Amino acid sequence: MDAQAMHIANGIVNGPVSAIFVVFAVAVLAVCVWKAQADLDDRLAPMAGLVAAFIFAVQMLNFQVLPGVSGHLLGGTLAVILVGPWVGALCVSTVLIVQCLLFADGGLTAIGLNITNMAILGTAAGYLLVAGLVRLLPKNPYGLGVTAFIASVVSVVVASQGFVLEYALGGTTQLSLPWISGTMAGTHVLIGIGEGLIAATTVATVARVRPDLVYALRTFRKPVTVDVEAVA
Amino acid sequence: MGAGHAHPLYLDRAGRLHRLAPEVKIAAVLLFTIVVVLTPPTEFAAFGGYLLLLAGVTAAARVPVPWLLKRATIELPFVLLAVVLPFAGHGERVDWLGMSLSIDGLHGAWNIFAKGTLGVLASLLLAATTTMRDLIVGLDRLRVPSVFTQIATFMLRYIDVLADDARRMRIARLSRGYDPRFLWQVKAFAVGVGSLFLRSYERGERVYLAMVSRGYTGRLPVVAGRRAAPREWMVSAALPVASAGIAVAAAVLA
Repeated sequence: MDAQAMHIANGIVNGPVSAIFVVFAVAVLAVCVWKAQADLDDRLAPMAGLVAAFIFAVQMLNFQVLPGVSGHLLGGTLAVILVGPWVGALCVSTVLIVQCLLFADGGLTAIGLNITNMAILGTAAGYLLVAGLVRLLPKNPYGLGVTAFIASVVSVVVASQGFVLEYALGGTTQLSLPWISGTMAGTHVLIGIGEGLIAATTVATVARVRPDLVYALRTFRKPVTVDVEAVA
Repeated sequence: MGAGHAHPLYLDRAGRLHRLAPEVKIAAVLLFTIVVVLTPPTEFAAFGGYLLLLAGVTAAARVPVPWLLKRATIELPFVLLAVVLPFAGHGERVDWLGMSLSIDGLHGAWNIFAKGTLGVLASLLLAATTTMRDLIVGLDRLRVPSVFTQIATFMLRYIDVLADDARRMRIARLSRGYDPRFLWQVKAFAVGVGSLFLRSYERGERVYLAMVSRGYTGRLPVVAGRRAAPREWMVSAALPVASAGIAVAAAVLA
């Protein structure tokens, strides 16, 4: 395993703004922990771990699309579809915390910024789109695949613009904001397409073979009727 | 499948830092990094002091310096951003070797480089002296919600499951005469990523059910661990206290 990815490092955004985002991230994650308690059952606990492991693996794929700005897959949309928004946000945050502590990827004081962008903004954008699109598109593996693709592209771009907002509030140097915004958006549209393809194939396969594992389809699931005679 | 007790950045040594309780190490690194980031970038002497402190910790941990430096190169992609800053920044400019550089950008580049490097070194020292399991136990003792430690435990366990299954599928492809070169390997990965996920899930589900049937309740049982003694808190407090002292001294003398 070669750790190459890099999130926001220490010192890119100044102390006060970093602190504000730590408070923001902690508050949102507290809500997620509270909501997730209800979701985390025998089926979701191992799934949450696997989704986190999967995200950990895909975040190692790092794209150097433009000099100086690199990006990577985020995996928030995949998490939303398979484990729901609350556990999903916790999965992405767990990945970020472990990367920060063990692999020195992303600064420890920038953890609030990184969690806000990738775990909260990215996951929230992905969730809103998935919740809407699942109702519009056919509830089969193809419809879900298309949903995953569109939601991934949008959520990755939204997350990248989170950095632009934080940089505007507390950047330690003067770079022109439109330039950063454009570079980040351009890079992350390409990354979003890559991420969308991975998320779409994964989700479509899971929906085809084990539809019971797809959180996004939960509300449309028919009540299970067990035919006892057929089993006997 | 007996792997998964160490991670690639762990260095198995019998150093003094390896024996410290994990929660005090996490707290020390966190506080040290906060002090570093809060230091104004123009206090150049303070950053030298921090580097000396980390050198002392490296010696106490018996981590070889080349080992540490090699792993610190993961910072490089971000340093690239720092290199652009003096050229792209605004404000007053200086001429150096015929190049027009922005002073603001130079300070910014130094800021990112110095703070980033110190943070990466501190995290690497934590990783080198703490196993994954100890790290989770440490987070648990620092009252991190159990949902987090539970997800983290499974994540670390399943990374090996994923890697093992990916390896098996690759061997299966090779043994069926599939041997593409270079970029064409991506096709097999793209086609197989869904089934890799499902296979790993079903393997992971069995691991989970086996754990539950052996009495797992969402917390790792503490086998040999003991809570940090007051003396350990004192020892590890040396790093953040010393760095805070340097920061204050630099601010007063300046």
